[in-house]
Amino acid sequence: MKAEARPKIIGARVQRVEDPRLLAGRGAFIDDLNLPGTLHVAFCRSDHAHARIVDIESAEASRMPGVAAVITAVDIADKMQPIRATSRMADYYATELPVLARDKVRYVGEAVVAVVASSRYLAEDAVEQIAITYEPLGDAIDPVAAAKPGSPLLHEEAGSNVIVTRTFARGDVDAVMASAAVRVGDTFRMHRKTPTAMENRGYLAEYDQGRRALTLHSTTQVPGIVRDALVEMLDLPGNRLRVVAPDVGGGFGGKAALYPEEILVCIIARQLGRPVKWLSDRLEDLMSTNQAFDEIVEAELACDDEGRILGLRAEVIGDVGAYSVYPWTAAIEPVQVVSFLPGPYRVPSYRGRVRAIVTSKTPTGAYRGVGRPISTFVMERLIDMAAARLSLDPLQMRRRNMVRSEEFPYKSASGIVWDRAGFMECLDGVATAADYQSLRQQQAQARAAGRWVGIGLASYAELTGLGSRIAVAPGMPVNTGTESASLRIDSTGAVTASFGIASHGQGLETTLAQVIAEELGVRVEDVEVIHGDSAAVAHGTGTFASRSTVLAGGAAIMSARAVREKVLEAASHLLEVDVGDMDAADGRIFVKGTDRALTFRELARAVYSEMGRLPREVREGIELEATRMYDPYFGTSTPASHLAMVEIDPETYRVTVTRYVVAEDCGRVINPLIADGQVQGGVAQGIGAALMEEVVHDDGGQILTASLMDYVVPTAAEIPAMEIIHMETELPDNIGGFRGMGEGGTIGAPAAVANAIADALAPLGIMINELPATPERLFRLIEAMNTEQPE
Amino acid sequence: MIRVTVNGVTSEHEVEARLLLADFLRHSLGLTGTHVGCEQGVCGACTVLLNGDSVRACLCFAVQADGGEIETVESLGTVDDLHPLQKAFQEHHALQCGFCTPGMLMTGIDLLRKYPLATDAEIREGLSGNLCRCTGYEHLVQAIRSAVEARNES
Repeated sequence: MKAEARPKIIGARVQRVEDPRLLAGRGAFIDDLNLPGTLHVAFCRSDHAHARIVDIESAEASRMPGVAAVITAVDIADKMQPIRATSRMADYYATELPVLARDKVRYVGEAVVAVVASSRYLAEDAVEQIAITYEPLGDAIDPVAAAKPGSPLLHEEAGSNVIVTRTFARGDVDAVMASAAVRVGDTFRMHRKTPTAMENRGYLAEYDQGRRALTLHSTTQVPGIVRDALVEMLDLPGNRLRVVAPDVGGGFGGKAALYPEEILVCIIARQLGRPVKWLSDRLEDLMSTNQAFDEIVEAELACDDEGRILGLRAEVIGDVGAYSVYPWTAAIEPVQVVSFLPGPYRVPSYRGRVRAIVTSKTPTGAYRGVGRPISTFVMERLIDMAAARLSLDPLQMRRRNMVRSEEFPYKSASGIVWDRAGFMECLDGVATAADYQSLRQQQAQARAAGRWVGIGLASYAELTGLGSRIAVAPGMPVNTGTESASLRIDSTGAVTASFGIASHGQGLETTLAQVIAEELGVRVEDVEVIHGDSAAVAHGTGTFASRSTVLAGGAAIMSARAVREKVLEAASHLLEVDVGDMDAADGRIFVKGTDRALTFRELARAVYSEMGRLPREVREGIELEATRMYDPYFGTSTPASHLAMVEIDPETYRVTVTRYVVAEDCGRVINPLIADGQVQGGVAQGIGAALMEEVVHDDGGQILTASLMDYVVPTAAEIPAMEIIHMETELPDNIGGFRGMGEGGTIGAPAAVANAIADALAPLGIMINELPATPERLFRLIEAMNTEQPE
Repeated sequence: MIRVTVNGVTSEHEVEARLLLADFLRHSLGLTGTHVGCEQGVCGACTVLLNGDSVRACLCFAVQADGGEIETVESLGTVDDLHPLQKAFQEHHALQCGFCTPGMLMTGIDLLRKYPLATDAEIREGLSGNLCRCTGYEHLVQAIRSAVEARNES
């Protein structure tokens, strides 16, 4: 078989190798792991937003059937080193990250007492018997009020509730604004949401008293980060502390931080010498899993009279909840809003200032898209507002301002460097695929018939696959810029590849196997991918920030090429031909143009088991394994453009997304099936953020959306079929040519839907500056407009 | 004492009155394919068939299943020999993390047995009691659609 005639594995619609076990109910999720003698934890959580703990009465709980221990902050203080999310960033205060609340509570849902019992039912029975006396300390619920001097302080030692202040600036934006022909601006609000993975968080710790070794099974996206943190906190060496992520039921960033509960089960398991499990229920998930968004953005855009952007300025307030999450810090979400606000456009002058404010709410963390769903929502609204002012078509307005291919590398107004990527290609791609002009005609007809139909565009660019040059969170002391792959062919010829990433739905067992199969010359089904296990590699962090395909994929290529060299060298001795005359494919090493071949199994046997097949000087140094570390340094730029068409029901104010088109550039697509799935899933979450998903607190900090009946996520009935185009622009200086793409759908969709709603309601003169645009909000907006301008 | 037939096997068990059917299946019988996502009856991950109808195993007590016949995801195919609907899910990439999948499959089985599913809108409505956070649903709709076509041909 000629090498060039071989079907490519990278780029093929390969069915996923992880599917059969998941489909047959044979997956191993955290609650499917059962160890004999396991104790179960239930928490007594705070029902106060901000209060001093006066007294904890737990004697009755301790006497309940099956209860092994009742634990408070005092009981664990000497069993761990405390942890804070530190950063080199200036003007940042790293709050503590308590495992159990000590002295005071700072949000409703914060864990105060842990009950350990022989079953979860009995643990919950005992929690009912615990009485905690609180003394309210005054609320810090509204971030604007909490930022003012004199408001109750959540962290007294910080001296303020403002724990991050940062400004990005280029040029004299105030002067530009003052003289600009066109200025548009508004105060935008993106409400708080929560990731809502279908599997709740859960942790199972087991302590081997003989080996003095601790294993934590965790629904984590970041086993490497958790291991490294626990080593410091629990004073165990890394070779006796292992963090394993089993099958994990979705994360979306909600499982990408170190959590108090996973620290606690480790402490208890070590103390009691028995396996200890805690599984979040949905109520706890909606109260205690790191949440997202929650920003107020006052922004203004200036253009010349032909729509060319001259300047942009923004003041951002981020409500980051009660604590700064580890390792990302409270800065990650709001700071990204200002660093990405200029978008994929030429913005000559800019000032973006952000303040992160702690409030008595669940902490916010690194939810899918991180900051960019908001920055894109704001910037894309401003673009449409400016276009409307100038009577320019929104598509034309974007074309006029988007960074052009000849301008790469382009340094954005906030300092981000956009490398070569299909910015304009995506915009043109989405317009062509959607047949934009004919959509506008359809809209005109619908409008003439009195229907509320709108079209919204959204363009953005994101940095993905970040290398060691750029920290995922500003100033963070954890390196997430490298990943390694350890590839091994064992004595039976089987291929095992170990990674530090942690797939939890992305299909990385399949895509990484595809990469290795193609590079090494084996079949996809021959490759076993090990991931989500801190013991698998020396260093790894996990799966987040659209990084795993870029970093682990790059490391996979490097290690596969290194092993392939050894394979061919061994084969050249065994077949007595030059390395250059050989090739490997489909699990065979063969002499080109002949039928002389070896299987990988035969080769491995000859190398490892059959003495004398290879000369001694060859045998030493030809172990069929290699570990390689990949660092994409600056990372990759991933652009996309989205188009949404919506219709609003004038009776119910329900928004229906009738058409959705995405053109994105993720570089070389490894598996189109999986790439499409990532976009569709991301867009669905973005539509949720645009139309329905909102965490609501009352004025006292009580969470009103504490069930999935109140926190509404989209169902199959609300999400449309989508058209997706992958541009696959070439990516220089990157070994695989892959760009990250897991978050993009969630970044583009809120803006596209918001613009479509605003477009639909444009005849009424209504602006959309707040998401989610629930029927109630739309009703109030339209009512207010009707009251202002009676017919 | 309850007597239940689960995936064709009949057995008797002493259960606490408050034991949820989902916990009974998972912990008493070791059938961990049925997943628990909310315990509020909203997400549908725990969907099983009880006497031929889809039910939320998190909203049923085990004692309510006394005398009943239960089908769980384990009643479909195996890893080596997947059921046609499971195959359709794999072919259309109708699952990502796989957590909602058993509930989607059992809901799909129920829909395929009872309804014409002539349009995608009908499929979407049928699936709208089951939440999935990964797929955006389109591939699920495609998988069910292909299963409908196979059903209608046979």
